[in-house]
Amino acid sequence: MKIELRDAPFDPLVELGRYQNTLTGLHGQYGATAIFIGTMRDFNDGATVQEMTLEHYPGMTERHLQRIVEAAAREWPLLDALVIHRVGALQPNDPIVLVAVWSAQRAAAFAACRLIMEELKAKAPFWKREETAAGPRWVAHNTPS
Amino acid sequence: MSIDIKYFASLRDRLGRAEDRLDAATELTVAEVWAALWLDRPLPPNTLTAVNMEYAELTQRVRDGDEVAFFPPVTGG
Repeated sequence: MKIELRDAPFDPLVELGRYQNTLTGLHGQYGATAIFIGTMRDFNDGATVQEMTLEHYPGMTERHLQRIVEAAAREWPLLDALVIHRVGALQPNDPIVLVAVWSAQRAAAFAACRLIMEELKAKAPFWKREETAAGPRWVAHNTPS
Repeated sequence: MSIDIKYFASLRDRLGRAEDRLDAATELTVAEVWAALWLDRPLPPNTLTAVNMEYAELTQRVRDGDEVAFFPPVTGG
């Protein structure tokens, strides 16, 4: 299991492949890998977004991400999980978050991936600040789905 | 007792600072920490609070050396 914050752009598919290549002990065990990639849009809430900054609470953010993944692993039979989340300055089309889970079968993989993502959105202390033509603004709340 | 306070994101911008230190003679709750620092300024609606990096209710008691944080709803992912 790996949880990581990154302050520079990352390629989620490269990270996914690289991490899965390290799971040699699990070869033959996982039959399902579910992934979610969140990517920065260039629009939000009726405005064009030129740039975005992701702030976090160092220490609390990592602790809660860890806990969220552990809770998902208690609820579903997961073999491994990877979460990478950006902080700092982002441009449109930059990946924000990668969640990947490995399980024997798809039901657990889909459900755990979804659960981790929803819990991350609800509890992990990150905050988005957008640069728009009208100036900077903080995102007040997440979209419900 | 001494308490470290942190503010994040839009709340920090509105308050104009990221940190405070409070020296209190008696034990306080999270709500009382805010009130001691900001007097008549009410805690903005929807503000979340944490003690030592764990989400906390406003009624939670704060101990010497604790870190109390106030921040707006989270918007990651």
